[in-house]
This record gives sequence, structure tokens and C-alpha cells, in this order.
Amino acid sequence: MTNTRRLFLVGAAVLVAVGLGACGERDQVTLYKQGKYQGKPDTKPWENDPAANPYPGSKWNKGDKTSWESAVKTRNLAQNEYTRAE
Amino acid sequence: MARMKFLCDAERCIECNGCVTACKNENEVPWGVNRRRVVTINDGIVGAEKSISVACMHCSDAPCMAVCPVDCFYRTDEGVVLHDKDLCIGCGYCFYACPFGAPQFPQAGAFGLRGKMDKCTFCAGGPEKDLSKEEFTKYGSNRLAQGKLPACAEMCSTKALLGGDGDVIADIYRQRVFKRGKGSEVWGWGTAYGKPDQPKAAPAGAKS
Repeated sequence: MTNTRRLFLVGAAVLVAVGLGACGERDQVTLYKQGKYQGKPDTKPWENDPAANPYPGSKWNKGDKTSWESAVKTRNLAQNEYTRAE
Repeated sequence: MARMKFLCDAERCIECNGCVTACKNENEVPWGVNRRRVVTINDGIVGAEKSISVACMHCSDAPCMAVCPVDCFYRTDEGVVLHDKDLCIGCGYCFYACPFGAPQFPQAGAFGLRGKMDKCTFCAGGPEKDLSKEEFTKYGSNRLAQGKLPACAEMCSTKALLGGDGDVIADIYRQRVFKRGKGSEVWGWGTAYGKPDQPKAAPAGAKS
């Protein structure tokens, strides 16, 4: 099989796949499973870059859950006015 | 692992509604929807009046999650109960199931239509790109993604409302109770509805 013929066959296959792609039918009814979240996934708060935050808050290392928890805990302790007064 | 919770100290709450205002301002909650409210019992009766700020308590075993027919609720790693508004059908089951009346429904429209449910997100946004316009429009501010805690708790003037990791706020509250020597009952059935052996409250209309 020559390269030209092979290229033609591959091109035809791609063309058919793209052309018939719209003919497929997607499920119109969502299948809900009891107790299983069906929505979109959410990102974790520690996956954000604190430097990119337009309203700077605590500092932590991007992607590091422990440092985020530590930063939030520090902020959390600020709600204790007994330690703030000391 | 952090387990985010709210705790309201009924001994300190002065019914200023600052938490309600902070929430509405932070999240730009629409007219008619209150994610947080201040409830007062025995209003005007000296010594018996108590106020408490109530919103979604982010239950560990949330009844709203259990009854949702489209399973639009999820719990984050920090223990915050959130939901996907794109899935919500506004049926109101969560409202009937919630013991705190947390789920809210927009009442706008000529026929008072019931839109998609809205509730306190613990200022954690929702299932959209963090700190994006879409997230803010649908769910409000995402303060956790900024390393902050809910606006209502952080701005409470008397620090009656504590919000954050359950262990941390429990420690703060415990220290407070030891210092003042009372108020360990927090909030519960006894505080809300009294006990059978307690004397009857003053007649209605008795004001201080």
C-alpha cells in the first residue's frame, strides 16, 4: 500500500467520523444515583495561588493543603479576643 | 483535617444583625433571600431574651443531601455542604428537610416563582472555577479560596458568632465559658423551648 493511498484512507476515515459525529444521540435524561453527587467537580481552596488573589488574605503554598489549613487556623484564632488582648 | 462549623454564643449575641448584613453584602444575595438570620426568643422579657444567628449548619449528616431527588449536594473536604445550581430543580424538598430553614428560594417574578435553591456556602463558593465571575454570580464570594473565613463570623462585633474549624472554635468557646463561668449550654432544645420545671415566662406583652 502506497503512502498516498494510506493517507487517503486515513483522511477519509477522519472525514467520515467528523461528518457523522453530529448524527449521534446523547442521553436526554440524566441517570441519577441515590446518594451520589451528580454535579460538576469543585476545586480545592488550597489549589489556588494566594499571590494571584485580587483580595489578599492568608498566605500558603499553592497546592499544599497543610499550609492552607495552618493559614486558616491562624486566622481562625483571631476570633479569640482573649488571646488578642494579651 | 478541618471540619468547618458555625457556633453562635447566645450569651453574647446582641441581635445587631451585622452578620446578616455582612452576608448579604459579601455575597450580593438577591432581595428576598437571607442566607443568615438572627432569631430572638422571649423578646423584651428581661433576663430571658436570647438571640442566635442561624444559617446552614453544614451538617455532618445533612438531611438536605439525603432528600435531594437530583443529588445536587456535595460535601467538600473541609466539611462544607454545597450544591450545584445547574442541577437544582427548585423542588423545595431540602427546605422541608432542613431543621434550620437554611435553603432559600428567590421569590422574584410575576407569579412568585420558586427558582433554584440558595443557601449559605460558608463563603466557599460552589462548583465553578474558584474566584471566577460565574462562581460569584451563582454562589457568591469564595473566601476560603482566599484563605479567609466566612464574613459573618469574622466581622461579628461581639464575637458571638464563631466560624471555622470545629476544634478551634470549640477551644475558643471553652476558654470563654471558663472565663465567664456560665453559658456552657450553648444552644439547644432546653434553651429554645425551656424545661418543664422552669417557671412560666412573663405574660406576652411584658416589656422591659
